[in-house]
Amino acid sequence: MARIVLDALRHAYGPAPASDGDWALKRLDLEWEDGGAYALLGPSGCGKTTLLSIISGLLRPTEGRVLFDGEDVTALPPDRRHIAQVFQFPVVYDTMTVYDNLAFPLRNRGVAEPEVDARVREIAGMIDLTHMLGRRAAGLTADGKQKISLGRGLVRSDVNAIMFDEPLTVIDPHLKWQLRSKLKELHQRVRTTMIYVTHDQTEALTFADKVVVMNQGEVVQIGTPVELFERPQHTFVGHFIGSPGMNVLPCEIAGGKAVVAGTPVADCPPAAATGSGRLEVGVRPEFVRFAPEGGGEGLPARVVKVSDAGRFSIVEAQAQGHRVKLLVPEGVAIPGESALLRFDPDRTAVYRDGWIVN
Amino acid sequence: MNKTHDNRAWFFVLPVVALVAFNAIIPLMTVVNYSVQETFGDNVFFWAGVTWFEQVLQSQRFHNALGRQLIFTFTILAIEIPLGVAIALAMPRKGPWVPVCLVLMALPLLIPWNVVGAMWNIFALPDIGLLGRSLNALGFNYNFTRQPGDAWFTLILMDVWHWTSLVVLLAYAGLVSIPDAYYQAARIDGASSFAIFRYIQLPKMKRVLTIAVLLRFMDSFMIYTELSVLTGGGPGNATTLLSIDLVKIALGQFDLGPAAAMSLIYFLIILLLSWVFYTLMMRNEQQ
Repeated sequence: MARIVLDALRHAYGPAPASDGDWALKRLDLEWEDGGAYALLGPSGCGKTTLLSIISGLLRPTEGRVLFDGEDVTALPPDRRHIAQVFQFPVVYDTMTVYDNLAFPLRNRGVAEPEVDARVREIAGMIDLTHMLGRRAAGLTADGKQKISLGRGLVRSDVNAIMFDEPLTVIDPHLKWQLRSKLKELHQRVRTTMIYVTHDQTEALTFADKVVVMNQGEVVQIGTPVELFERPQHTFVGHFIGSPGMNVLPCEIAGGKAVVAGTPVADCPPAAATGSGRLEVGVRPEFVRFAPEGGGEGLPARVVKVSDAGRFSIVEAQAQGHRVKLLVPEGVAIPGESALLRFDPDRTAVYRDGWIVN
Repeated sequence: MNKTHDNRAWFFVLPVVALVAFNAIIPLMTVVNYSVQETFGDNVFFWAGVTWFEQVLQSQRFHNALGRQLIFTFTILAIEIPLGVAIALAMPRKGPWVPVCLVLMALPLLIPWNVVGAMWNIFALPDIGLLGRSLNALGFNYNFTRQPGDAWFTLILMDVWHWTSLVVLLAYAGLVSIPDAYYQAARIDGASSFAIFRYIQLPKMKRVLTIAVLLRFMDSFMIYTELSVLTGGGPGNATTLLSIDLVKIALGQFDLGPAAAMSLIYFLIILLLSWVFYTLMMRNEQQ
């Protein structure tokens, strides 16, 4: 068990990184509390696997330090850091039985056989593999193999953290949910720090207490799933999380209001009025409404597309050349051609160059 | 399950059957034909039954050649397979040296077999060959044309030089197909490099190694060209392996009956041993 601190971390794969684009990880300062369930969320190529490999010790960062409980482990190999990792594609030792697979990390560390046996049986019970202990690991299905990978991490009593690198990629959809809840349950039981890398927002939001969202080698926001949803710190988070993603419209500031295409849509924090940069207003489709018929002000728009998604409809509207999406609950009338849109003032934020203005 | 029966399928198989018949079954049948008859030329044949088979199986000469053949084949297998795996393990997996290594490895395989024999013959000659002269200069009494031990040494060295590359290339193909995650997982699990070899690399190479063993077994059991150029079976009969002996009987003595019987026995031995190898190496795959 350990508190993991990443201190001024940077990483580039090529030698002598010169421009910003050469860095796979731009400067990173992060703290992972002991026993937390974290998710590392971001699109492919954003640097999340790089970050994971740096924490586990498979990769040495170009700059910066990795601290476990205050101790600098940057130079230590993976087995000395006491971490475990579950990979995207199941890694099992084909020729061994399930039992021997689970016992492997312990035997490599010279643990006495009676203790190995006790640990293996305890962990096999936790991950529902007891009835398969005698089977050859090669014969198991993908989810069984992933459980073995996870089990190999759990058997060790000294594990500081368990990392998951998109572990559900090869699992059948109907088993994904099962394995995810199993993981959550295990975390509550063993209370080991778990870091879960994924590009799937559902996986991240259901598994983690805290989600770290990354984009292009940078952390854009760290927060609980609710915070990420309600108050995205960056328009990227707004786009990436939520389905459909947040509406982002270019705006100007006039009279303390954010103005889109001549129509004031939201209050604006004083900080937005000063300084330069590209200004945008962001609002999630859940918080856009049609103004009641003849009900005064709003952003004039034309409904162009309605998709029925069951209990709500996704409405696409065209407002002065900008596309705005709305989530309209079942039973609410959708106006025809022309409509007025209103943004919920508490849920609308102004962004400068992508970052939120407070 | 309902299977569809459609006899038209035979029409599609027929061309292949005809092809196989022409290039394999019909030539083989002429051998069978010779093996059960006695001939004095002029296409006059007498029925001989299993006489030739009995004669070959009971002949000391055949036993000796078979014995030498088995010693040769198992010796080169025992050297080439571990050596090939070791070289494959030592080769780089990434970087500019990969193509260089691969080309160097493939080189011996590209040389015509009789050229290999001729090369080694000259290379090993005690008076003018680099190898022969060097060994003698170092104080070894080396002469592969006179001393059976030296002839065997040269023969095995030549085969190892010629064919280890095949094992290397196959083993290397097996090694590079192992995803990085396996090595990373092993490092995290604290596995020693021997454990990595034993539990990751060897199991992943198993299929290609099975093929390597089978190919090397069959080819070495049938070795003729390089051997006939290098020693021609000598000195005496010291390196007369089955194929050399067969040619001596068939073309040297023109004993077509015994030669045909020997060919069939030879063929059946290869078939049987290949099956045994394959079954042994694959017996755990089905679980």
